Amino acid sequence: MSVAQDAKPILVVEELNVHYDTGKGPAKAVNDVSFSLRPGERLGLIGESGSGKTTMATALMRLTRAPGRIAGGSVKLDGRDILKMSTRELRETRLRDIALIPQGAMSSLNPVMRLEEQMIDAIVAHKPGMRRAELDARVQELLKNVGLAPEVARRYPHELSGGMKQRAAMAIATSLAPKVIVADEPTSALDVVVQRQVMQTLGRLQDGLGAAVVLIGHDMGLIAQFADTVGVMYAGKLVEIGPVRQMIESPKHPYTRLLVDSLPGIEVKRELTGIPGLPPPLVDLPPGCSFNPRCPLAFDRCVRETPLLQQVAPGQSAACHLYPEHAALPPLPPMTRAHQELRP
Amino acid sequence: MSRELLRYLLTRFGQLLLIVFVAVSINFIIPRLLPGDPVQTALARLQATGGAQNVDIQAVSAAYRAKYGLDAPILEQYLNYWLDLFRLDLGVSFANFPEKVSTMIGNALPWSVTLLAVATLIAFSVGSLLGGRLAWPGSGRTIKSIVPLMMILTSIPFYLLAIILIYFFAVVLKWFPPAGGVDTTRIMRLDWATTEDILRHAFLPCLAIILGNVGFWALGMRSQMVSVLGEDYITFAEAKGLHPNRIFVWYGMRNALLAQVTALALSLGSVVSGAVLVEVIFNYPGLGSLLYVAIRGQDYFVIQGVVLMLIVSLAVLLFLVDLIYPLLDPRIRR
Repeated sequence: MSVAQDAKPILVVEELNVHYDTGKGPAKAVNDVSFSLRPGERLGLIGESGSGKTTMATALMRLTRAPGRIAGGSVKLDGRDILKMSTRELRETRLRDIALIPQGAMSSLNPVMRLEEQMIDAIVAHKPGMRRAELDARVQELLKNVGLAPEVARRYPHELSGGMKQRAAMAIATSLAPKVIVADEPTSALDVVVQRQVMQTLGRLQDGLGAAVVLIGHDMGLIAQFADTVGVMYAGKLVEIGPVRQMIESPKHPYTRLLVDSLPGIEVKRELTGIPGLPPPLVDLPPGCSFNPRCPLAFDRCVRETPLLQQVAPGQSAACHLYPEHAALPPLPPMTRAHQELRP
Repeated sequence: MSRELLRYLLTRFGQLLLIVFVAVSINFIIPRLLPGDPVQTALARLQATGGAQNVDIQAVSAAYRAKYGLDAPILEQYLNYWLDLFRLDLGVSFANFPEKVSTMIGNALPWSVTLLAVATLIAFSVGSLLGGRLAWPGSGRTIKSIVPLMMILTSIPFYLLAIILIYFFAVVLKWFPPAGGVDTTRIMRLDWATTEDILRHAFLPCLAIILGNVGFWALGMRSQMVSVLGEDYITFAEAKGLHPNRIFVWYGMRNALLAQVTALALSLGSVVSGAVLVEVIFNYPGLGSLLYVAIRGQDYFVIQGVVLMLIVSLAVLLFLVDLIYPLLDPRIRR
């Protein structure tokens, strides 16, 4: 689906902060993240485990639970700030305007309710007046849209396979034709064949609805296939964002470069490369750029000063001190001895 | 009804029959393992305690011998025992000769069943609801402050609670009668006065059982609910924009109840034995009091009959819980 470049953004996230309160102070799981999404746009957010992806997904719908708390920022959906809505308004907005496809679809369905009941109670919560016959017809239509047979409606979750559960969750998420769909690693527990089918279904649904999608994941390959725009998260921060092709072909942030390089290719058989070291603990971030201890290009400024997201190419921004002095990312030096030792 | 469900029911029913069979057989065998003649031993003991001075011992003894044919081969006795059971014949009381044990149990049973069923049901429902609310993040401070009270209630034994209740409500305040199932002078009729009398007498024993159990159910439900509320389907239900009350009842309580019902089945035994003590303290005319009096008077066949009754009713209750469970949890129906 083509995205109108000049369309007004449907979702604007500004300086979003989510903290987990710990004994050692707040863990900044989402740290000053800003981005925006146009109608119909597919944004893929990628990051290692612990980079704040899922925390971000839940915060977008204000589903953050203690000990997590949204410490600041705004999430404006069509101009209205989700973080400032009354609980009633929030309830009405969820699913109708912004819907979640959960990470653990395996466990996201109520084990004691038939699938149709779980679909119907979602619809009825927003459209109380609907008649039973209309609801049944709608359930059938939704199941068909995600490629599930009509008789699945009468089943309980334990009678469905993993892929079917994920499809069922998608059917629920799209039941009110939301404007924004937040898909939190929708394929994380599925095998590759089912993963592919589920992603295709998600793409088809999104095309049909014209909804914008935030797809969260850790699989660069999967995200690259699906998304128009890719954002890379590291230690709670958005470190680079841009059109998918540019992000793969000419990443500007050293971390993105390393992520792309770690993708295994079919053509050239080589030793799998990873990124040496581990992400920093979120309660105790290194001074300056959070990536500096692992960055092969780090210099003195990186330790002193936190880089801000800045435009580095048309439509592409990166939070890195190499810019604007450099036009492109300099070649990464071969891994030094010190870096080798950082290898987990 | 699916074939799986039918198989489940048949299996469970088979288990019920097996439990009853074993219970009845043990009830038959144990007395016969004792050295000597059970009738003679029992009568001798009764005589020694002076419990049956106005009874013609020889007549009782002869009646038993004729009735049970205690010299007959053991297998024949066993068969006869079963035949008697099918005729609901549990023998005759020593202490109240010639009253039949089945009549005595029949008189006591309705009192116990009603008291226990009502009290347990109230304690279970109120406790579970409280426990669910205790774990719910939306509940106020007031409700959360009752946790210590619940803990205190669970740790006080039944009978102590009963004595405290009698002291305050029957002795000091005189709001309720201290003992009995109904006024001794009352002629039982189906009218309001009789009903009120029965209810007034049942109130304190019922309250004792409720207070003794409610904390257990509340704390159990609370911990279940805490773990259920951490499940992904709760988050997804919130993401669907459901009303909190709907999430609480149909996503939270509904799932947390599964473990509660299992706990109910497991604790039925202790609930029954606790109720026996409460009945004794309130001199309530149920099975508990009957058993207590029978033990004190060494009224052998009454003890046997009541114990058999308790085992069988527990087995039936467990069977009922097993019947309810697949209705609550579709995963069990397979």
